[in-house]
Amino acid sequence: MPERQGVWLYAVTRDPAPEVLGELTGVSAETPRLVEAAGLAAVVGDVPLSSFGEAALRRNFEDLDWLAPVARAHDSVIVALIDRGPAIPIRLATVYHGDDRVRHLLEHRAVEFTRALDQVTGRTEWGVKIFLAPAPDPVPAAGGPSPRGAGAAYLARRRATLNSREHQERRAVEQANRAHAALASLAVDTRTHPPQSRALAGEDARMILNGAYLVDNEHTLRFAEATAACDQDNDAILVRLTGPWPPYSFSVLEEA
Amino acid sequence: MTRSLPVPAAAERPIALIDLLDRVLAGGVVVSGELTLSIADVDLVHISLRTLLTSITALQPRDD
Repeated sequence: MPERQGVWLYAVTRDPAPEVLGELTGVSAETPRLVEAAGLAAVVGDVPLSSFGEAALRRNFEDLDWLAPVARAHDSVIVALIDRGPAIPIRLATVYHGDDRVRHLLEHRAVEFTRALDQVTGRTEWGVKIFLAPAPDPVPAAGGPSPRGAGAAYLARRRATLNSREHQERRAVEQANRAHAALASLAVDTRTHPPQSRALAGEDARMILNGAYLVDNEHTLRFAEATAACDQDNDAILVRLTGPWPPYSFSVLEEA
Repeated sequence: MTRSLPVPAAAERPIALIDLLDRVLAGGVVVSGELTLSIADVDLVHISLRTLLTSITALQPRDD
């Protein structure tokens, strides 16, 4: 008996480029293909339900060694499509039972997909992560050992450190808000993701803003320069640009 | 203010991966309701981030 397959969704586009699909490798090492309806094309891949069915996915998502290449393959298919024209990325791990279901989706949500495609056409998502800059070393208390003893001196130093850290954090948040406002003025839309955990991000600085900005392609350079300027001009924060991204953060289907 | 971070080599992959997971797990169109198999939910994001955390905290100083 052949293994049962599911239909994994990568993206929906108006301008399918079938010739590009042959060069791509999907999440299950399959070659993606098109399902077309209502003037739209869904880029899909056939995946075995033994690995990509609901129960299997729940298990596999616990396994970073499984998840990482799948996330990268999903992204790389979408990136290749976006290189050829606007596409709406679909959330990772969206699996249908068959092409009929996919066609029904395209027909049923055609107006919303079209509107979403219009919104991202000629625009690119950029990520900006803002971190708390490492605090300057606190000024050591003058005059050598305190007459009140080492314990009191330690507490005084500790209090001074905490005060200066609190002050530094307040300044960082103000600077981050100003930076976000400046960057948002160059973007047609913005979203903020929850800040990443320090351990997860592999950074030893704390993230205070994890923003996504949808920017007109003609303003790409201005946006990159503005990001660099935010980093340069604000001493309490570190500002890092990521991207270009497919419009993951700006792909929403609004009800017609 | 750029400086290099003392990150163990084994943690280099998740550094970029976390930015990607931010987007592929929390972004993109959600077409739930139309789905016959829907696992793209908040629980899942939670599960995978927990997985990431446990894989990486062995290599990294903890948040505190």
